[in-house]
Amino acid sequence: MAQRRMVTIDGNEATASVAHRLNEVCAIYPITPSSPMGEHADEWSARGRTNIWGTVPQVVEMQSEGGASGAVHGSLQGGALTTTFTASQGLLLMIPNMHKIAGELTSTVFHVSARTVATHALSIFGDHSDIYDCRATGWAMLASNSVQEAHDFACIAQAATLESRIPFLHFFDGFRTSHEVSKIEELTDDDLRSMIDEELVQAHRRRALSPDHPVLRGAAQNPDTFFQAREAINTYYEACPGIVQKAMDRFAALTGRAYRLFDYVGDPEAERVVILMGSGADAVHEYVEWATRHGEKVGVLKVRLYRPFSKEHLVAALPKTVKAIAVLDRTKEPGAGGEPLYLDVVTALAEARVEGLSDFVREPRVVGGRYGLSSKEFNAGMIKGVFDELARDTPKNHFTVGIVDDVSFTSLPLNEDFDIEPDDVTRAVFWGLGSDGTVGANKNSIKIIGEETDNWAQGYFVYDSKKAGAITISHLRFGPRPIRSSYLIKKANFVACHQWVFLDKYDVLEYAEPGAVFLVNSPFGPDEVWDHFPVEVQEQILEKNLKLYVIDAYSVAKESGMGMRINTIMQTCFFAISGVLPRDEAIAQIKNAIKKTYGVKGDEIVQLNFKAVDNSLANLHEVKVPGKVTSTHRRPPIVPDEAPDFVKKVTAVMIAGKGDLLPVSAFPPDGTWPTATTQWEKRNIALEIPVWDEELCIQCNKCALVCPHAAIRAKVYDPALLEGAPETFKSVDYKAPDFKGMKYTIQVAPEDCTGCTLCVKVCPAKDRTNPSHKALDMHPQMPLREPERANYAFFLDLPEVDRTKITKLDVKTSQFLQPLFEYSGACLGCGETPYIKLMTQLFGDRALIANATGCSSIYGGNLPTTPYSVNQDGRGPAWSNSLFEDNAEFGLGFRLAVDHANEYARQLVQKLAGQLGDELAGGLLTADQSSEAGIAEQRARVDALRQKLAGIDSPDARHLEVVADSLVRKSVWVVGGDGWAYDIGYGGLDHVLALNRDVNILVLDTAVYSNTGGQASKATPLAAAAKFAYAGKPMASKDLGMMAMTYGHVYVAQVAFGSKDRQTVQAFQEAESYHGTSLIIAYSHCIAHGYGMEDGLTHQELAVNSGLWPLYRFDPRRAAMGEPPLKLDSREPKVSLEELARLEGRFRMVMKTNPEHAKELMEKAERAARERYEIYRQLSQIRPTPVDSEPAS
Amino acid sequence: MDLSTRHLGLELRNPLVVGASPLVTGPDDARAMEGAGAAALVLHSLFEEEILAEVGAHLAAEAHAESFAEALSYLPESGHPGPGPYLDLVASVKAAVGIPVIGSLNGFTPGGWTSYARKIQEAGADALELNVHFVATDPTENGHEVVMRTVETVGEVCGAVDIPVAVKLSPYFSSFPHMATRIRDAGASGLVVFNRFFQPDLDIEALEVVPSLRLSTSDELLERLRLLSLLHGRVDLSLAATGGVHTAVDVIKALMAGADVTQMVSALLIHGPEHLTRTLSALEFWMDDHGYESVEQMKGSLSLARAPNPQAIVRANYMQVLDSWDG
Repeated sequence: MAQRRMVTIDGNEATASVAHRLNEVCAIYPITPSSPMGEHADEWSARGRTNIWGTVPQVVEMQSEGGASGAVHGSLQGGALTTTFTASQGLLLMIPNMHKIAGELTSTVFHVSARTVATHALSIFGDHSDIYDCRATGWAMLASNSVQEAHDFACIAQAATLESRIPFLHFFDGFRTSHEVSKIEELTDDDLRSMIDEELVQAHRRRALSPDHPVLRGAAQNPDTFFQAREAINTYYEACPGIVQKAMDRFAALTGRAYRLFDYVGDPEAERVVILMGSGADAVHEYVEWATRHGEKVGVLKVRLYRPFSKEHLVAALPKTVKAIAVLDRTKEPGAGGEPLYLDVVTALAEARVEGLSDFVREPRVVGGRYGLSSKEFNAGMIKGVFDELARDTPKNHFTVGIVDDVSFTSLPLNEDFDIEPDDVTRAVFWGLGSDGTVGANKNSIKIIGEETDNWAQGYFVYDSKKAGAITISHLRFGPRPIRSSYLIKKANFVACHQWVFLDKYDVLEYAEPGAVFLVNSPFGPDEVWDHFPVEVQEQILEKNLKLYVIDAYSVAKESGMGMRINTIMQTCFFAISGVLPRDEAIAQIKNAIKKTYGVKGDEIVQLNFKAVDNSLANLHEVKVPGKVTSTHRRPPIVPDEAPDFVKKVTAVMIAGKGDLLPVSAFPPDGTWPTATTQWEKRNIALEIPVWDEELCIQCNKCALVCPHAAIRAKVYDPALLEGAPETFKSVDYKAPDFKGMKYTIQVAPEDCTGCTLCVKVCPAKDRTNPSHKALDMHPQMPLREPERANYAFFLDLPEVDRTKITKLDVKTSQFLQPLFEYSGACLGCGETPYIKLMTQLFGDRALIANATGCSSIYGGNLPTTPYSVNQDGRGPAWSNSLFEDNAEFGLGFRLAVDHANEYARQLVQKLAGQLGDELAGGLLTADQSSEAGIAEQRARVDALRQKLAGIDSPDARHLEVVADSLVRKSVWVVGGDGWAYDIGYGGLDHVLALNRDVNILVLDTAVYSNTGGQASKATPLAAAAKFAYAGKPMASKDLGMMAMTYGHVYVAQVAFGSKDRQTVQAFQEAESYHGTSLIIAYSHCIAHGYGMEDGLTHQELAVNSGLWPLYRFDPRRAAMGEPPLKLDSREPKVSLEELARLEGRFRMVMKTNPEHAKELMEKAERAARERYEIYRQLSQIRPTPVDSEPAS
Repeated sequence: MDLSTRHLGLELRNPLVVGASPLVTGPDDARAMEGAGAAALVLHSLFEEEILAEVGAHLAAEAHAESFAEALSYLPESGHPGPGPYLDLVASVKAAVGIPVIGSLNGFTPGGWTSYARKIQEAGADALELNVHFVATDPTENGHEVVMRTVETVGEVCGAVDIPVAVKLSPYFSSFPHMATRIRDAGASGLVVFNRFFQPDLDIEALEVVPSLRLSTSDELLERLRLLSLLHGRVDLSLAATGGVHTAVDVIKALMAGADVTQMVSALLIHGPEHLTRTLSALEFWMDDHGYESVEQMKGSLSLARAPNPQAIVRANYMQVLDSWDG
């Protein structure tokens, strides 16, 4: 038998490793945090890795989790061992099939990284709300509490499902387990073979549908038989717990790791017991070991098999001495008599009592509590709170732990400072930027320590809610025993701050325990660094008596040819100082790890990293800490004083990373939040920002159009307003006739700019004598921050242009309109946000936005701050996110409601016309709102209406007051990515297109599921690699535009602002002015394409020029006039697709891994692009006969 | 008729070698060239910049990784980037053909990238062509320094491999024969004259410099002929002519000037592999017609050492040329 290896991997990989080896088919779909399981499976199959039967599992990506579960169901019926991986809403979409699969007694295991189901808000993090939603499906549910258990239970579940015939939902906590990196013992193929009974596998295969021995499954039954037939299944459920325990026993004999259906840990005569499942159980286990050592009679019962729920096993596992039990549920079921596990336990104990199964010394009191929703911390202090509560005579029932509930007072007191972590565990916390590689290096360190020493190792990583300039906090533990601390480190003996700027923003040292080591990457040397710390940092260093080390990692990185990557350098410093390993051994191990990690990527990368390691040691200095505070500056306030109250009291706390401290009363109970809050979060993430040369500028405003973050803006204004301008504020005469005599300024928002350089790239104004100098050049931000901050404030105070004065809307004039989408957390150089921003400039003051889940809902609606903003009248986009799959329907609903309100208002106006006056009433009812002037006039009429209504005392007047605003035309936008529009939401999208109501659909097409890390969608181009399409996509992308055009009544445009911005602006106007359904498919460059985002515009142009992305507008109004409705806006492909492909990682990856295959795919793709263009060309010449049922225009 | 020749210690069936170019991208192309008569194949270059660019691409990809909880990366994990595919190309071409396969490395600074020379050898290349492509831009750097850097680079590459190394140079050295000697002393076995620079063009509308690539013509051969004739028999290096070899006549001239082989690229890009077959028949026809029995007979027959009028090579004979101009 092969030797088992110790490996350091995360829960997703640990699970997928078993699932891939024990299945023949995987139907997958991306959803956080389970996506990596599907990615591993796809990659392993693409590389030809086999299962234990020697075949390569087929991995198929479906259009949704609903689709995946359907495919799984079918494949199971076909006799294949089949699985899928999912979470949260994805799992909910599988429920209908899960009922069927269980009802048909079909053996399968679904692996679920449990995640919060969206309610008042979406959350990607972990709790058991999704699992509990599946209680009624009849599936067995097996809970893993750690990475090792996720690995083990994936196998046990498979063995048990084959024998019991009941399908298994194997779950573990999203992020806490799915993303925790931990040292585990890996099961060998032989282990898996020993666990899987081949007879049962064959029995499963024999149950397959086959015309050679035909049967029928899935009949329709009637009142006479359904009930009895449903009860026929009972014996299988009765047998299931025993089968699972048998599998666990077999597993224990094989590996030495023994599990029970309900695992009890603690004093055999415990009086207080906590019952729970999931990663929190490990934390309670750790606490119980500590507490029993301290003489407490406590215990924990870990629920492994949650369904079928075996009361016999539950009762048997509990100590007879128990007096008080707290059942903890990681979910909330408002309105229920208690949370699910609590109800199950209460019922089981009651039944056991009645049936005489239990023999407790005294019947225990059982209370229920909620903890850990959305990965909320569940640490030793909170656990102590629960046990303390159980010691009371009348412990609180239906309590919460981990929060402060000052509204309904459910919460138990928090023990903030309580900590039980032993001294022999190294605890290290690292503050880094996503882009500096801190997390990657830490994962590497865990591998080194976990695999090269006897230490056990654990790593957990906290990520940012923003994509650009994202912060990461890594929590690493190393120790002599398996680590059960499934919570964040509170008292670290090593704290590293990899970014100097963090010291001014965050309480970095809150994690440091007294006497800890503090390592900081500083531009200041060992002799001067002290004086540059803010007061708060100096105070903590002195108070806690920290040992201070400093390195100028950026200089070392530069010297070593590592650019901005400081990961290896900081990692070396950690090993050099921490003493986890002897220094020389550690350095040798780092170098080994570098070779392992980067060896396949080339010697150069290895050599550069080696150089960085050597240079680090030479540049690491211990600092002698002076005995007193010398700093003169304190950490600046998180948000300025002029921010609204809510922002100061709530948002600022969240920005500071202290949101856990906010009590229940701080929050709106229905998930409603104020917009326009990104303006208060000055992130200062750009190292360089654009500087405007007003003399060279040709005033085209393209810079403002392409800016993804609305951080560079244009204004025209009265010269008189320049009075009092800051000294360095730049201004120049406006050149064009439309605003003759006015002044013109291009202004950067220095603290909001991300430094992406798109504005500089698009700037066409070159200095004739020195073309490398343009009207916009990048310069270091630091020296510009103060003056430009003042300039930007002055600029914002200048009045916005009078929208009614803009007679012709084009690229240039559109950029004088105020963006109502600003400073989002989207990636540097994002290719999506310029479209959204443009939409808000044109229609934002009357827009409702329905946003599909994805990148745009994350940068659009992820707290703490959100980018949709308001104009001086307080108007701006109203935004909401329903789900991933239903966004078109959701947006249609907006339109139905808006239209109905409008209809109602019109009725009331007609009814009250006598009192309102015919002129006002007539004006309101017949207003032409096709222009900005028309809209402004109607708004004025609505104001007049409100004044009149104030004087009318009637119910109708009151009703009309509420709906009066609906008399101004609203613009409904349905926004989402290609994953939504092409795949999961296509059914609904298609239906909405068919209905032809006045909604505008904007598809931000990155050709992959960007938000979840670049999985292939039906928009992914032929020949490109993506996750779930590891070997390159073999089929052409779906032509969504063409499909929509076939309705005839849909306005369709395909745009790419980096190629033809004029056409983009035109399409947005046409789409909005069209009173039927409009669909804009917008090419969005994306980091998932594999090139620097600064080149995004060039790539858009190449996409158009190569025929990958033809530009067109299909306007049904043209058909009504007897003209061809389709107008092609781009020329025949003039460069080969290969030219584009060579420059993009997504294509290059296939060319490199499999050149021959890539060549074939590329030829196919070239042909497809040309054919597609040719079809468009022919269509653009067809003049249809006008039909009668034209929508109004 | 004996068309065989010896170059870089390799026995070749004729003097027609496919030069470094995009002509051979895989085993199929290689087999087509071999079938058409090629005596050896020089694969396209693995560029120093390409190697370093992969490092850059790797760093760029990593910059977005591990930043955001929902997406710890944005592209599938590639186990095979970097110059691995080039090495695969070498290996697959070598496996596909019987004629010698010469790998090519293009760079101008000493450094870690030269370790790829070893990898190219390990992938099965019979020889290595090192293209030292360099445009002097630094006003403070003198000619001697350029020479020294080139020699150092050659030395490093030669030190890294056991297979013969031919160095492809530009003509822009003060004393080319001396340079040739230095190259030989640094360990090179052959010299390829000359590399052709991609000459940048200017886009006067966009105010940009744009790269341009023009195919060679037979006219360009003349400069090579002179140099070959200077070197033949005087420097212990195997010589290859490249740039301007389009016809059998060009081949004959190059051989007579002193080349051991000729490399063809532009003509094959225009006419395809079958041009090799035509050129070889024409060569044979001409040799037969002129009573030559072997290529060896022709080699260097009009070099400086053996030409009946060597002064025409050395002194360019301005007066004579000018006098002959009557137009």
